[in-house]
Amino acid sequence: MKRIDVLRVLLDLAVKMEGVIISNLGFSSRELYHIGDRAENFYMLGSMGLTSSIALGLAVSVPGRRVIALEGDGSILMNLGSLATAANIAPPNLTILIVDNEAHSSTGFQPTFTAGVTDLEAIARGAGIPDAVTVFDEKELRSRLEDAIKSERVSVIVAKTEKSWENAPVIDLDPVTIKNRFMQAVRSGLEG
Amino acid sequence: MVRHLFCVKYLVMLEKREDVIDRSIVGALIEGGIDFVCSLPCNMLAGIIEIIEQERRITHIPVTREEEGVGIAAGAHLGGKKPALIIQNSGFGNSINALLSLTRLYRMPLLILMSHRGDRNEQIAAQNPMDEAIIPLLEALKIRYCCISRRAEIGSIREAAVDAMTQSEIRAVLLERELWDEED
Repeated sequence: MKRIDVLRVLLDLAVKMEGVIISNLGFSSRELYHIGDRAENFYMLGSMGLTSSIALGLAVSVPGRRVIALEGDGSILMNLGSLATAANIAPPNLTILIVDNEAHSSTGFQPTFTAGVTDLEAIARGAGIPDAVTVFDEKELRSRLEDAIKSERVSVIVAKTEKSWENAPVIDLDPVTIKNRFMQAVRSGLEG
Repeated sequence: MVRHLFCVKYLVMLEKREDVIDRSIVGALIEGGIDFVCSLPCNMLAGIIEIIEQERRITHIPVTREEEGVGIAAGAHLGGKKPALIIQNSGFGNSINALLSLTRLYRMPLLILMSHRGDRNEQIAAQNPMDEAIIPLLEALKIRYCCISRRAEIGSIREAAVDAMTQSEIRAVLLERELWDEED
């Protein structure tokens, strides 16, 4: 499974289930933008490590919206405390999807510690999130992710992928535009 | 009315002076529109955080690290909240990249309320280096700030919150130890 396959499944489910996505910086956001830009995608351009934190703040503030954090292994390893916070605050509308290619793919595939002995699903469980699972193929991903987005519990899905990247263009949206259209989409989804 | 005023005065007299100060600070935050707080503890901030935890008008999220609080506050803003971060000045250093490449880059509002540790009465030597650096840091980052060392200045917290929220900017408030030591 390639990262872009994970993103296609995520986007398809997010559109169907009216979920909003907080997307990690680098190739995750570029590929997501490339396959299906929409106002409900918030593309991070900096602040590596804060994807799940932004998603948690949003999920707590708008309980009526389903919020998905699109994380990477490198980024979640920068902010493991965010899993403890997510477990304890436990917003029922929050799903954390970690694309785990065991490398920092946006900077040349330097290995992360998930290529070694580190297990993100076990870390999530240890943080206090029992709804944590690792998936290895698209079929399992689709079924687990759909359940997670639907469920009334905070959940973590670790999707193991190849070290792949698409030649996706740099996001040419102004950061304030990304924010404003996202906020508008979040609001209109609540009214609708 | 007179009786009511008498009761309020009596209650205020019963309450400890520190509690009155902590309550006015939280009151200023609420008047400034703040309805979402991420916090890390400090013994100078303990009373404020305890009041916020009980305050129904404010959603309170204790966090594991200051930078995480910047991210959660950004998410809260995306959901229409008016966020503040309550931390020690030593922890401000943990949040700098996020303040610039998230909060400022996307023009998001954030009020940072910091205890100013490391002054001459500081017991912990590790607090002193950040005491020397905090004002130059805020200036280098072009974050507007004010220092509160007297009760009469607590109203500035409300102004800082309003400015941060209306201008979509980061504003910092440093709470000085003298604020709690001030003689009646």
